[in-house]
Amino acid sequence: MSSENLSNMSVFLISRMLKALVLFFLAWVCFLFYAGIALFTSGFLLTRLELTNHSSCQELPGKGPLVGGGRGEPGACWTAPRFSRAVIVLIDALRFDFVQPWPGGLPAQYPYLGKLGSIQHLLETKPQHARLYRFLADPPTTTMQRLKALTTGSLPTFIDAGSNFASYAIQEDNLIAQLNNTGKRVVFMGDDTWKGLFPEAFSQAFFFPSFNVKDLHTVDSGILEHLYPTMDRDDWDLLIAHFLGVDHCGHKHGPHHPEMAKKLNQMDQVLQTLVERLENDTLLVVAGDHGMTETGDHGGDSKPEVMAALFLYSSLPLFPRAPPEDPEVVPQVNLVPTLALLLGLPIPFGNIGEVIVDLFSGEVDTQPLATALAQASAYHLNAQQVSRFLHAYSLAAQDLPPEELQRLQDLFSSASSEYKRLLDQLKTEEVREADVQALISQLRLFLQGARTACTETWARFRPARMIGGTVLLAFTCLLCLVTSGLTSSPDFPFLGLLLKSVAWGLVGAALLAGGLIVGRTGLDPALLCSGGAATSLVAFLWALKWRGKPPMAIFLPGPLPILVLLFLRFAALFSDSFVLAEARAAPFLLCSLSLFVVAQLHWEGRLLVGGPTASCLSSPTASVARREGPRALGLLVGLLLCVRLSSLFHRCPEETPVCQSSPWLAPLSSVGGGQAKNLWYGACLGALGVLVLSVRFWLRRCGNLNSSAPSILFVRWGLPLMALGTAAHWALASGSDEAPPRLQALVSGAVIGLPRVVLGLAAIGLGLLLWQPVTVLVKTGASSPNPIVVPFVGPPASQADLNYVVPQIYRRMQEALRGKLAGGGGQTPLALAAYGLGSVYSAAVVTTLALLVFPLLLLHTERIILAFLILFLQSFLLLQLLAAAVGTPAGSPGPFSVPWLAISAWALTATQTFYSTGHQPVFPAIHWNAAFVGFPEGHDSSPVLPALLVGANTFASHLLFSVGCPLLLLWPFVCEGHSSTKKKKSLTSGTEEEGEKEEPLMEMRLRDAPHHFNAALLQLGLKYLFILGVQVLACVLAASILRRHLMVWKVFAPKFIFEAVGFVVSSVALLLGVALVMWVDRAVGSWFKQLILSQER
Amino acid sequence: MKDTDIKRLFYAHLFCVFSIILTTFTPSLFLEDFSVLETHLTWMCICSVCVTIVNVVLYLLIKPNPSSKRSSISHKISRLLKSCVYFFISCLLYHAIIVLYGAPLIELMLETFLFAVLLSTFTTLPCLCLLGPNIKAWLRVFTKNGATSIWDNSLQITTLSSVVGAWLGAFPIPLDWERPWQVWPISCTLGATFGYVAGLLISPVWIYRNRKQLTYKSR
Repeated sequence: MSSENLSNMSVFLISRMLKALVLFFLAWVCFLFYAGIALFTSGFLLTRLELTNHSSCQELPGKGPLVGGGRGEPGACWTAPRFSRAVIVLIDALRFDFVQPWPGGLPAQYPYLGKLGSIQHLLETKPQHARLYRFLADPPTTTMQRLKALTTGSLPTFIDAGSNFASYAIQEDNLIAQLNNTGKRVVFMGDDTWKGLFPEAFSQAFFFPSFNVKDLHTVDSGILEHLYPTMDRDDWDLLIAHFLGVDHCGHKHGPHHPEMAKKLNQMDQVLQTLVERLENDTLLVVAGDHGMTETGDHGGDSKPEVMAALFLYSSLPLFPRAPPEDPEVVPQVNLVPTLALLLGLPIPFGNIGEVIVDLFSGEVDTQPLATALAQASAYHLNAQQVSRFLHAYSLAAQDLPPEELQRLQDLFSSASSEYKRLLDQLKTEEVREADVQALISQLRLFLQGARTACTETWARFRPARMIGGTVLLAFTCLLCLVTSGLTSSPDFPFLGLLLKSVAWGLVGAALLAGGLIVGRTGLDPALLCSGGAATSLVAFLWALKWRGKPPMAIFLPGPLPILVLLFLRFAALFSDSFVLAEARAAPFLLCSLSLFVVAQLHWEGRLLVGGPTASCLSSPTASVARREGPRALGLLVGLLLCVRLSSLFHRCPEETPVCQSSPWLAPLSSVGGGQAKNLWYGACLGALGVLVLSVRFWLRRCGNLNSSAPSILFVRWGLPLMALGTAAHWALASGSDEAPPRLQALVSGAVIGLPRVVLGLAAIGLGLLLWQPVTVLVKTGASSPNPIVVPFVGPPASQADLNYVVPQIYRRMQEALRGKLAGGGGQTPLALAAYGLGSVYSAAVVTTLALLVFPLLLLHTERIILAFLILFLQSFLLLQLLAAAVGTPAGSPGPFSVPWLAISAWALTATQTFYSTGHQPVFPAIHWNAAFVGFPEGHDSSPVLPALLVGANTFASHLLFSVGCPLLLLWPFVCEGHSSTKKKKSLTSGTEEEGEKEEPLMEMRLRDAPHHFNAALLQLGLKYLFILGVQVLACVLAASILRRHLMVWKVFAPKFIFEAVGFVVSSVALLLGVALVMWVDRAVGSWFKQLILSQER
Repeated sequence: MKDTDIKRLFYAHLFCVFSIILTTFTPSLFLEDFSVLETHLTWMCICSVCVTIVNVVLYLLIKPNPSSKRSSISHKISRLLKSCVYFFISCLLYHAIIVLYGAPLIELMLETFLFAVLLSTFTTLPCLCLLGPNIKAWLRVFTKNGATSIWDNSLQITTLSSVVGAWLGAFPIPLDWERPWQVWPISCTLGATFGYVAGLLISPVWIYRNRKQLTYKSR
């Protein structure tokens, strides 16, 4: 007796420990993934804070007098304008060697050499009017980033923190905004990227579509149609023409194609005509925004990509000296302060460029001293502005190194005082030119130092970190794969290995921290975490290696078709077309997978048994299988239909003529016509009702709805209430404009209150569920002469057939009881029945999902409910189909295992759900409106809450499917119960004994083998993490290998970000889901104990 | 199993392959502006008809499965009618599956349907020829131990390879290469055709190499 107790106790302890261990292990694996992602991100995604400060005419960037300053003069701001107008001809991807002067008569090696003859002619004949520079672009060399740099003077990174993702409009101070502020008129023609960057900023604009890279001529011909007429008018102050032909020619044919020569000849014609029409007060700027590689791509940081050309020309002499033999190198951002001062504008607030000094020589033919003074003045103004920006930036963000900032500040203040001293000196006596030159070089040193500091921080990939992160991710995937294969072996020392590797990891992190402190490089959390992660990973894999070579089969996830599927998913992330088409590819693959499941069932002869071969098989199963066949086919058809229907809610990554988003994604309030709106509203209400009813129906079918547990009471009454709240919110939100004025206050109050109420209800429901997760109804029947538990107890009579009891548990319990009672003697044992014990785990998970789905629904637009309903149905069908395919785990006491097939299908469904709830992995497609659900007035300063709301909206599918992941393990057990009742129903007249014998244990089978249960949960978690991790790994590899690709910032980098964040959400939700099942398991344990105690009394 | 059987199978398959090759080249002699890509619908029709004729002729010539005892005219006619109905149903089923896989529902309906017809020609028609309009026999053939002759084995292989070919044909569609054959359903029909041809060529070889392992139970 006591020894039995002891062994029970030890089993209990082991299972408890294993539970904690499983969670701990999964958390550790998640941490390894996070560290890899963080390390890669810190090397790949460069971030910068956007400041919204603007420079203004009235306010100088610093104290100090001005030389030649024109404050008060008409049209002047910080300085007097040198030119009243400018023409900027932006030739996309104009590499420097396209423009490079080519000695006449020499045969050109390449078609692009020496084609821009007009520039060469001007340089030779008018050296004081024209100048050519090497125009050094900063990576990323993509057009949008370059345009930002060319107007703001800053170094845009891929993610400019603080920017508004919903639109690409530039929030920072920029040249165009300054022109608008001072009342100048800007005319634009060309690439429509500008339209997004500067909405409403142009007095006149001719935009042409830029997305078709194959189209060489539409944009250019469009510009040419308008360029000359505009030149001849005088209703503009700045004219921008952005030609795209050269860039598109590069993408389509590469620079070595004869087509490039034609395109450059055309540009030459354009420039020649422009120069002829140029007036004296106008500056001509010809610039390339970036270069291109030998294959015509751009985006990265190789020399041909960053080396563009800049050509300046004016009809009046501009330069005091003849040009140098070899054209100077000018960083791209330098154009911004130069243009600003030349046009008499304030330098944009965030500019970090330095003025191109040749253009600030004062009048030609003046004294060298006057020239030097004018240049020093321009530099000083520039330095003041940069210093002001650095100060403002360092107050807002900490990413610039403080020591460097201090050094720069010292440099600036010394130069500034020197400048003041010189000016004072100038009033009384002569100033030496050498002094001024020394001051200029000091100011230049400051400006260059500032730019270098910013470049170091904002504009450089760190390949070592990218590689490190990738390797860490790859090995963590390997770890998941290997360990998931080992979980079933009972003597695998998970605990020891885990503790050892975590200890190693801590040691590694500590050593790294020590090294960093000694090396004075500053503690970088990403680096520290990944150092620790790498050490513990190596320790674990090393220990695994010493345990002997695992069988090869462990390294291959599943049978061949699953391998093919995984490979396809992996490889597809390397092609921008497939990333864009993932919304269609995921359902396609899911269809194929489910079709394959059924085909395989048939191939193995498990689908349909009949006809001539039926006699060969054992007859008892034949009758079951005969009914399984049409059922599996029905499931398949339903699944395929759901998949197809859910694609009706597709959203395009970009609105193009080819791809139109589903009109059903729009909120109901935008639906015109009362009739249509009402119909849609009715459909949404119907879907809500069906959702609630189906959850109730399922719970009732499993027998869990009879329980008096508070969470079930909540399901009975709270869920309809939540549905009601949701419906009311939709009604108000979609029709709030039509509300009568006196109800307006009430309506607006309800629009705020209702979502919060629903959220609160969901939280209460979850709390109740966690408090009492056991949703089992216990009936104590009358005493019966037979001490064995009566398997089926009458009341509630109508439901009796649908409810299941789990007698075997009781039998065992009863035996224990009898053992105890035997001593007492005389008493009649009690009969017991428990309803819904067989599905107690899945009931908890399903209830959780139902509770989670309502707040998530509120964050979406109304009609997405239909998509959610379809997807709920679809995942139900998928679970049923998979359970049928896996086959009922009848009789096997373990080890339990979820096949790779099921897990990949689940992951595919999650991906499909992401797309068919109207999402796309690009920033403009995020549903920003979600941030205002429950907060229609917007938020205060804190960005946490809106980020949470938008995140919950975007990653709703990841959340739901990861929490629901344990269902994959539980479902075959639940189905076991259903199929056996069916059997019983068909055998109504069957003998009692047989029914008793076949009484299903369902999920209690899992409880019977706690070790296997925990191992199965661990394996499930590891497999799911592996599949998600491989996706992230593919994104990481694609982003780093293709970082020169045209689409890297448009497709691959956003995809990586979405996939990484989705992984984090999924893994956390997975941990929660597994923890929930374990929590229920614990509660079931204590429930049994209580039951025994109550029986003893 | 005799080697002569395999030889017969091989020649029959070669004949089928030859007929498919003919359909791509000969029509341009009679029709103006014919090309497989540009007048794809025409080609699909010609190919289906041609493969159907060849299959039926071969079946009548070879008679791989000796037909049942009853061979009255009315029985034959009813079999023929039944076969036609089955073929039509299979076309509809394929069409439905293709649409469920993501093909457009309303636009390009004719193209989709012709694709379904082509797939039926490659898969259902040989079944009809070899097994007759007998669903049970079909279902039996497509199970693990269901093949009862080399003809059944070749049926398994050609059907599987045609379907897999059509499936693989869907993969190039999203790519931005802008080739004429990426238009729906050209890549899929080409994939199915290549798959069918590959199946025709592979199956005799496979059967020949595995002739020792293949033992058929007498029916």
